[in-house]
Amino acid sequence: MTRNEATAGKGEPGTAAVFHAEGLTKTYQMGEVEVLALRGVDFEIYEGEFVVLLGPSGSGKSTLLNILGGLDVPSSGTVRYRDHDLSVDDDSALTRYRREHVGFVFQFYNLIPSLTARENVALVTEIARRPMKPEDALRLVGLGERLDHFPAQLSGGEQQRVAIARAIAKNPQVLLCDEPTGALDVTTGVRVLEAIERVNRELRTTTVIITHNVDIARMADRVIHLMDGRVASVASNATRVAARELKW
Amino acid sequence: MRAIDRKMWRDLWHLKGQALAIALVIASGVATFVMFLGTLESLQATREDFYRHYRFAQVFAPLKRAPERLRSRVEAIPGVERVDTRVVAPVTIDIPHFPEPVTGVITSVPDRGEAPLNRLYMKSGRRVEAGRNNEVVVSEAFAAAHRLQPGDHITVIIKGRRKTLDIVGTAVSPEFIHQVRPGGVFPDYQRYGVMWMARTPLGSAYDMDDAFNDVVLTLRRGAHPQDVIDRLDTLLAPYGGIGAYERADQPSNRFLSQELVQLRNSSLIFPFIFLGVAAFLFNVVIARLVSTQREQIASLKAFGYSNLDVGLHYLKLVMVIVLFAAVLGLGVGAWLTGKMAVIYMGFFRLPYFEYRLPPAIVASAVLVSVGAGVLGTFFAVRGAVRLRPAQAMRPEPPALYRETLIERAGLKRMFSGPARMILRHLGHRPVKSALTVIGIGLAAAILMTGRFQEDTIAFMMHVHYGLSQREDLSVTFVEPTSRGVLNELRSLPGVEYGEVFRSVPVRLRHGHRSERTVVLGVEGSGELQRLLNTDLRTVQLPPSGLVMTDYLGKMLHVKVGDSVTMEALEGSRRIRRVPVVGLIKQYLGVRGYMDLGALNRLMGEGAAVSGAYLSIDSRYANEIYRRLKDMPRVAGTTVRAQEIRNFRKTMRETMLFWSSLATTFATVIAFGVVYNSARITLTERSRELASLRVLGFTRGEISYILLGELGLLTLLAIPPGLLLGRALCAYIANMVESDLYRVPLVLEPDTYAFAAAMVLLAAVVSGLIVRRRLDRLDLIGVLKTRE
Repeated sequence: MTRNEATAGKGEPGTAAVFHAEGLTKTYQMGEVEVLALRGVDFEIYEGEFVVLLGPSGSGKSTLLNILGGLDVPSSGTVRYRDHDLSVDDDSALTRYRREHVGFVFQFYNLIPSLTARENVALVTEIARRPMKPEDALRLVGLGERLDHFPAQLSGGEQQRVAIARAIAKNPQVLLCDEPTGALDVTTGVRVLEAIERVNRELRTTTVIITHNVDIARMADRVIHLMDGRVASVASNATRVAARELKW
Repeated sequence: MRAIDRKMWRDLWHLKGQALAIALVIASGVATFVMFLGTLESLQATREDFYRHYRFAQVFAPLKRAPERLRSRVEAIPGVERVDTRVVAPVTIDIPHFPEPVTGVITSVPDRGEAPLNRLYMKSGRRVEAGRNNEVVVSEAFAAAHRLQPGDHITVIIKGRRKTLDIVGTAVSPEFIHQVRPGGVFPDYQRYGVMWMARTPLGSAYDMDDAFNDVVLTLRRGAHPQDVIDRLDTLLAPYGGIGAYERADQPSNRFLSQELVQLRNSSLIFPFIFLGVAAFLFNVVIARLVSTQREQIASLKAFGYSNLDVGLHYLKLVMVIVLFAAVLGLGVGAWLTGKMAVIYMGFFRLPYFEYRLPPAIVASAVLVSVGAGVLGTFFAVRGAVRLRPAQAMRPEPPALYRETLIERAGLKRMFSGPARMILRHLGHRPVKSALTVIGIGLAAAILMTGRFQEDTIAFMMHVHYGLSQREDLSVTFVEPTSRGVLNELRSLPGVEYGEVFRSVPVRLRHGHRSERTVVLGVEGSGELQRLLNTDLRTVQLPPSGLVMTDYLGKMLHVKVGDSVTMEALEGSRRIRRVPVVGLIKQYLGVRGYMDLGALNRLMGEGAAVSGAYLSIDSRYANEIYRRLKDMPRVAGTTVRAQEIRNFRKTMRETMLFWSSLATTFATVIAFGVVYNSARITLTERSRELASLRVLGFTRGEISYILLGELGLLTLLAIPPGLLLGRALCAYIANMVESDLYRVPLVLEPDTYAFAAAMVLLAAVVSGLIVRRRLDRLDLIGVLKTRE
């Protein structure tokens, strides 16, 4: 696969690339074994795009998301967020990057159990530059009625929507979701995806979801398929399927 | 090794920091236990051995003068086993190049052979020999203080006559293990000397030829001491007997016994504080271990390990820590016992130290530690035992948090998100939080006990020497003298002012209670001896009636307005009813006070005085000392400044030892508690903190959440800790209270500040150690794992 192919497809010409990756490799030392998680990955992701990173476990999609999210740096190659090189940043620069630009949604929600829904969101808005109100963020994900509930008082789907509200409340430029429906049943999963879809549509937040669920790929603008640490294919969907129509 | 045991060792290795912190707390407990009880046992054993082999008397009877033939009548008293009659002579000692007054006492030993009672343990040289008139054996402590050795000479003034003696040996006696001048509290080996001479030469020097002024005796098995004492008192009364007393009241033995009681009490407090804290630490650490190993426990049980196997697995881990700590504690305790022995050997002149660490102490130290371990981990291990495999395979349900009381009280807006996390996390486990606060508080409390002695002794010094006894010199006369002697003293160059006093040994009786003490007759208008009320204000001595130390009042159950029977133990031994007109505050010793004139009238004597208080110009001090030495009627001189210096010197090393020990051990507790709390909070919350890092929180911000909790606990612990410290000091003060001295509860602001600062420092250091681990949080792992 060439770089041209990777950047082709739906990629709205004329809009700026939010992420630009070139020759990314990542090697982990797992005990005494060296694991090659990424073996040379090139791609671009554009402003406002909804991208699904698809692949089986071990394909390198989480590693890629971690690098995009500033949680990890590549072993070689470069990755740029707009004109900012993420591959050379130190820990505090990456922290600042995450704080100012990135919203994260995790598979297991990772809410703070001692804080209510509203406070979990406020935790992030308190350190953000131009946040929305926590209540607005929670209303956006359909939780306007459950503001003062603690995580233990919410269902899994509700907890994940709190996590989404927490991720978007600071008005991030990018929303990165790691298997956001992985721990949920279909009905709840769809509600969570609806929330993500809405954020992408209404706030124009560049959204990257990683999943091994092929059905979710149907709601994306573009699907980047990873296999064995390489980009196997990039496909553009002619039309995005609404989340509520998904089934798996 | 079985696989499950391998797991135990690896778990232990994984927990090494926390295990070590707990082990140090237990070791501190074991070490204090061994130190206090070991020293107690050793001192007791040494004392018993020394008393037995050197035939320490059981009854002591001082008198004025009795002919030697009375001895057989003493021996004839039923119940008496062995008797020795002796001459005891107070002397002034003249040491070249040592201008300050030195006093002492010479006790007679038989001309030939060893004394039947209170034998000497010779440290160097030889005993006095018959026919050599000027030989003397000096106490080893006095010899060391002045670098005297056999072959040297020493000049004493005995009954106003100078006599140069040849030192032939140095010795220790069971009678003078605690060697202080009469009425003193702290030994001063430079200014008070104990010596022994052969009976015949001492008798002729002290005008006691063929007479004695002191009887000591032992009792037959089964004899009733009080019966013997009563008969002895009756027998000796015509000869100026001032009342016989038992070994329990013998001054040296009393001090030593008092110290042993203190050691026993200390051994009951401190070790148990440490072991209590250790039990708590075990509880939190093992509970956390069991909770993180839920799935492992489930697997073990699924494979067929029994509940007992699982329970023993965790208990074994605890026992390895306990036994390691016990061995460490025993070693440190034994070493500290050696250090204590050195201090005690300076304070109590024992000839040797029978080092004892009875197996019973070792066994109980180990047992008590094992007990603390089992008690502390009981609930956690029971939790592991009761866990059902299927239930354990599932993750623990998420913890349900609530808003804390403070937030519900409407203060919620004051707290940021991280601050709320801290508060709710603490409120979520109120018992654990409270125990952590208590643990840290105990560290502050122990730190305060380390400094308490210093504070209270400084205060006692201030009251005793600063407010109450304000003379520069006190001079005592050989026997009651007319008050005209004051003019003689005032005419000495450099003497600025003087007052006289009369000191009468008495027995006070109230109801069935009776105490031997001294009544001091002082001039009502006196400036140098001030009586203080309980608020430490000067009170005027009433023209008649008796004023006494409040503690003496307590011993006799006397209130102001009651009357006591006062029996003078000298002169014509008058017995009179005297009204008690006041109680006064005094920390050292107990005694009664009367107006000088009133006391003279009561004694049926003229204007007799026993001594004088002088204030002097310090430039003339040495000249005054020299002149006083040459005055035949002066029996002894005490210099206040020296007394104070001496007091401080003696206490310094003892206090320094305990305060550095207390500081070390308290730091171990503070560190153990804070470090373990921090580590547990870290494992409990690492996922939360890593999530926050992913969300863009900086290391500083998540450190605030983790360390803020510890900081808050530490700050919460300090005020109750300081109160607890005060209570502990009050308990200690109460414990040592006796007629010898009372310790007021005085704690300087510095002491509170020191305790608070040390606890904070320990918390900061533990915090920093844990903080380093925050830098190694696995940010990626946290995204992939369920809690």
